[in-house]
Amino acid sequence: MADLLRFATAGSVDDGKSTLIGRLLFDSKSVFQDQLAAVERTSADRGDDYTNLALLTDGLRAEREQGITIDVAYRYFSTPVRSFIVADTPGHVQYTRNMVTGASTADLALVLVDARKGVVEQTRRHASLSALLRVPHLVLAVNKMDLVAYDQAVFDSVVTDFRAFAAQLDLPDVTAIPIAALQGDNVVHRSEHMPWYDGLALLEHLEQVHVSREDAQQRPARFPVQYVIRPMSTERPDYRGYAGTLSSGTLRVGDEIVVLPSGRRTTVEAIDTFDASLPQAVTGQAVTVRLAEELDVSRGDMIVAAGAEPTVTSSFDATVCWMSDTPLRPGQRVLVKHTTRTVKAQIQSLHDRLDVTQLEGEPAETLRLNDIGRVTVRTAQPLAVDAYVDDRTTGAFIVLDEATGTTLGAGMVAA
Amino acid sequence: MTELLTGLSQLDVLEAESIHVMREVAAEFERPALLFSGGKDSIVMLRLAEKAFWPARIPFPLVHVDTGHNFDEVLAFRDKRVEELNARLVVAKVQDDIDAGRVVEIPGGLRNPLQTTTLLRAIEEGRYDAVFGGARRDEEKARAKERFFSFRDSFGQWDPKNQRPELWNLYNGRHNKGEHIRVFPLSNWTELDIWRYIAREGIEVPSIYFAHEREVFERDGMLLGVTPYSLPTSQEIVGTRVVRYRTVGDASCTGAVESPARNPDEVIDEVASTRITERGATRADDRTSEAAMEDRKKEGYF
Repeated sequence: MADLLRFATAGSVDDGKSTLIGRLLFDSKSVFQDQLAAVERTSADRGDDYTNLALLTDGLRAEREQGITIDVAYRYFSTPVRSFIVADTPGHVQYTRNMVTGASTADLALVLVDARKGVVEQTRRHASLSALLRVPHLVLAVNKMDLVAYDQAVFDSVVTDFRAFAAQLDLPDVTAIPIAALQGDNVVHRSEHMPWYDGLALLEHLEQVHVSREDAQQRPARFPVQYVIRPMSTERPDYRGYAGTLSSGTLRVGDEIVVLPSGRRTTVEAIDTFDASLPQAVTGQAVTVRLAEELDVSRGDMIVAAGAEPTVTSSFDATVCWMSDTPLRPGQRVLVKHTTRTVKAQIQSLHDRLDVTQLEGEPAETLRLNDIGRVTVRTAQPLAVDAYVDDRTTGAFIVLDEATGTTLGAGMVAA
Repeated sequence: MTELLTGLSQLDVLEAESIHVMREVAAEFERPALLFSGGKDSIVMLRLAEKAFWPARIPFPLVHVDTGHNFDEVLAFRDKRVEELNARLVVAKVQDDIDAGRVVEIPGGLRNPLQTTTLLRAIEEGRYDAVFGGARRDEEKARAKERFFSFRDSFGQWDPKNQRPELWNLYNGRHNKGEHIRVFPLSNWTELDIWRYIAREGIEVPSIYFAHEREVFERDGMLLGVTPYSLPTSQEIVGTRVVRYRTVGDASCTGAVESPARNPDEVIDEVASTRITERGATRADDRTSEAAMEDRKKEGYF
């Protein structure tokens, strides 16, 4: 049974990120002849010396014209072992906003560095954001090894620098791989040019790391209610089920649960799906839960394991990434969407702005586009929150502008 | 402890993600609608909607944008499915827009570009605030940039350079009156996933997706069936070949591929080993230029 891994790539155009993705797609035979023919045609028209595989991922006209990636692009490829979803995030324009977006759902972050340049400011920013978004795995791909004569000393020195910086971050798992994306060394197949490297090729590594759903599975049950199902049919006049996705843990028939924020307790009577009624639901499953007692439960409520409940609160500290051209003002009124609940809220205070390359807070009056800072949020109705470090679903929220409807920022609840 | 492993396959994960998206829409929007063409992607989307709301009925209507250039098998299939589900079907006809003078028939009879006007009219008449489409990001490079929830202004336009960031599974469906959101629950599915799901679930699809004998002729490197909407010129040679359709769209511009695949499993084997994308193989409308799809999408196309 094939599994699914989501990973986000980060790096600038110059680091060869799009080339690497193009190479993964090409070498895993996920690029089709007509796509390749189109890329070859465009490359030739532009006078490139070689087929520019970056053109496979830069889909918009403006991206091709300017030779840059503007927006997150999603790419798909599979091997007999696994299917992969790649969130390809741009290097310079709107960098933080796009990287945070791509990393939010990623099981793994793939950070590219140019072997000739080593760890630069952008590498530190990638690593910090991966840590902030709690991406469980990080791969440091040291690219362009061909341009440093496949020299082990160069690779070792880049890795030493990176690990020195990463030690200050809470990065669970870091793997470094020397590659040459243009030629394909250590991308899909192990390279003959680097006999000193005895680790896995990049794709082999991607095929065997564990997916983050398995971590969430170890946590207590969290089931945000999306929608109440009431067929009101003659066959099922009294059916009342709560539809949602189990965001962590396991939920079994008979389990004692608490409905938040009301705090009422009951047990799980049934777990229904179109295909069958289940004895239990696992993390990531979309199901419909029926409860033993008739309680007042509606969209925005959360069904959780009794005895291991999240905090129900109207005020919490959080780290936010600002994604709007209009700067954040302390005191600003906004909407907060947390799991399936959207509430009026206020950014009560801004504590500091984070320099993500130094990991230091500095005093700030405002957060501008692509800034990250620590705030206190006050909400009009209570939310059932976990710390983001514990739960990437019940610890996450987005900030919306009530008037325009735009997404202003993304937040992670502090521990 | 095996019970601690989630044991969800890639198809289970994709299915759950799509169902989650559909339930978000049903909960947050007042007047959603689902675009249903009778093609394989919209058939899978319809099955996912059935699953998302079971045992209740699907809580929104189906909308078919009908170019008038249909395959009979597909129309019959559409009507059968609608009846089985006791669903509500709204048919928006391109012919009505031609008759009313809102669009002008293109020489050669290609009607795909005309669909945008009809689609936007249907959305306006139905006052739909969310419209489910079966587009997938793997289909085409402009679609690779799409969101699950894709904002459309009051002219139905898409602005690819100014899209809302989409994080975690928190979708932003806020919009003002007259604007709407296109929703793509199948964003993360590939063509192969669609066929594997059809096989796994035993989902019925129109017979033209499987190998059959058909009178065809070659045009621009594609095999077109002989229909009232796609007639060969005197130079084009007609012959009977064993073909199937990889995509089902307007009969005048959808090509067939030579194939012996008679059932979903054989199609999976074929798709897994093919080296040409489905749109590249079978869609004349995508061949006009490198950014043909991006340009059509900006104007409000599917």
